[in-house]
Amino acid sequence: MLDALRDSLLAYGNTGLVAWIVLKILAIAVPVIIAVAMFVYWERKVIGWMHVRMGPNQIGPFGVLQAFADVFKLLFKEVLRPQAANKTLFYLAPLLALVPAFAAWSVIPFDAGLALANINIGLLFLLAMTSAGVYGIILAGWASNSRYAMLGAMRAAAQTVSYEIAMGFALVAVVILTGSLNLSDIVLAQQGTKGLFDWYWLPLLPVFVIYFVSGVAETNRAPFDVAEGESEIVAGFHVEYSGSAFAIFFLAEYANMILIAFLASVLFMGGWLSPIQGWVTADVPWLDWLWKGGWQWTFIKAFVFSFFYLWFRASFPRYRYDQIMRLGWKVFIPITLVWVVVAACMKFFGVVTIGA
Amino acid sequence: MTFELVCFYAFAAVAALAALSVISVRNPVVAALCLVLTFFSMACVWLLAQAEFLAVALVLVYVGAVMVLFLFVVMMLDVDLVPLREGFVKFLPVGIGIAVVMLVEMLMLIGVRAMQVAPGPDPAAAAGKSNIGWLGEVLFREFLLPFEVAALILTVGLIAAVPLTLRHRRGIKTQNPGRQVMVRREDRVRLVKMDAEGNREASP
Repeated sequence: MLDALRDSLLAYGNTGLVAWIVLKILAIAVPVIIAVAMFVYWERKVIGWMHVRMGPNQIGPFGVLQAFADVFKLLFKEVLRPQAANKTLFYLAPLLALVPAFAAWSVIPFDAGLALANINIGLLFLLAMTSAGVYGIILAGWASNSRYAMLGAMRAAAQTVSYEIAMGFALVAVVILTGSLNLSDIVLAQQGTKGLFDWYWLPLLPVFVIYFVSGVAETNRAPFDVAEGESEIVAGFHVEYSGSAFAIFFLAEYANMILIAFLASVLFMGGWLSPIQGWVTADVPWLDWLWKGGWQWTFIKAFVFSFFYLWFRASFPRYRYDQIMRLGWKVFIPITLVWVVVAACMKFFGVVTIGA
Repeated sequence: MTFELVCFYAFAAVAALAALSVISVRNPVVAALCLVLTFFSMACVWLLAQAEFLAVALVLVYVGAVMVLFLFVVMMLDVDLVPLREGFVKFLPVGIGIAVVMLVEMLMLIGVRAMQVAPGPDPAAAAGKSNIGWLGEVLFREFLLPFEVAALILTVGLIAAVPLTLRHRRGIKTQNPGRQVMVRREDRVRLVKMDAEGNREASP
């Protein structure tokens, strides 16, 4: 059915091609938006349970519709703009935060051959997009013409730029083992017969931990959320935003969180590969994805990693700002630098086998 | 006109316009953002030329890191624009003269004849590799020494920048995280054994 749709669209030439690409983009963007809404509900529920509370439970069965109620509330609120704010940049900033957050999703492989853009430089593209997302934050802080927003933006930008380095080195280790920047190739390189011990988390364990912690820091989430720091700077860079403009920041932040969760599963946890790959070789319809691998595994792993975000938030107190910077620059970067060399040695001496 | 050609003209026009507005807009923050837009459009043009590594590296390094720090500085300094604008018209002829000289130099460097000859086949495609794979092999095999020399120069620059701005201040309190972690209960809490105070009346 999909092929027929594609062929009928492509028959219209360039216009049809663009329409087909737009359809593919929507097929990723709409589920991401819905996932963000449900993730917010899940976050409130999980944190509620961890605090021995109920969490949202009034709207819909088990409070499931709470997220949509929140969305509608935000969309119907008035978007206020401070009088002395720079008008163009004030409204441009949320969009600048949102666009890279969604653009990065285009290279995520969900299953073998199931990616919007299976490009050679997928990993670099991801790094470029996540680093471009910081513009929304600093512009929001500056254009609001508010001290709190400015301080929050400065903190957020410095934090993002700092942790980008550790994250980049962590990815370099992955790239060294794989020999490719293509995300599908990275997953396929983790294939093998030893189940989950073929994945990169084992040879790259320190780097894997650093990657995920850097991801938490890069998305400015607890315990690294001094950029928002409610108790000191009210809400950081988006203190002046209300209504749908604030909703866009919210959407971008959560889309980035889920993206990091997907990336952690793709880069270090074998993406769509099964944790018992190579141990079972039976052919059972509907169930053989359990050992042969399939998109379900990508989503299960991403769900677990996104759950970690909530777990961290409910468990850890907020880091002080200088402690965050020390952790990024003096702990993570040296460890990743050493492990890049270790990974190169592992590759050179054949400690890690690549591919099946 | 193919779709790619349309894209090329669009991106090139945006790049040129954005570059013009970098020097013409009044607000320095907007000017810095226009520079970001210029970089981005140029990256898109390079993507069309199938230099994908170069394009993404431009976005990653310049858009993602350098311009962020640049914006930081511009925002923090809160530049007063009036004195900056004063000599704009007076120095315009000099500026144009320098720009023309630079253009001529660039044309000489690239070679006017080379612009009329069609470029040869893409060396990466000719070698049957991806752009980045070919680039890596050329960079780390044929041009290893120049590459390492460039890296060394950059490192020297980096280290030189640190001592130039480093100043030791006295009388400030700093933490030693190692000692903080090593601390034990006995260092902080002292338990004193003492008798309970007797003869107090029980509260009613």
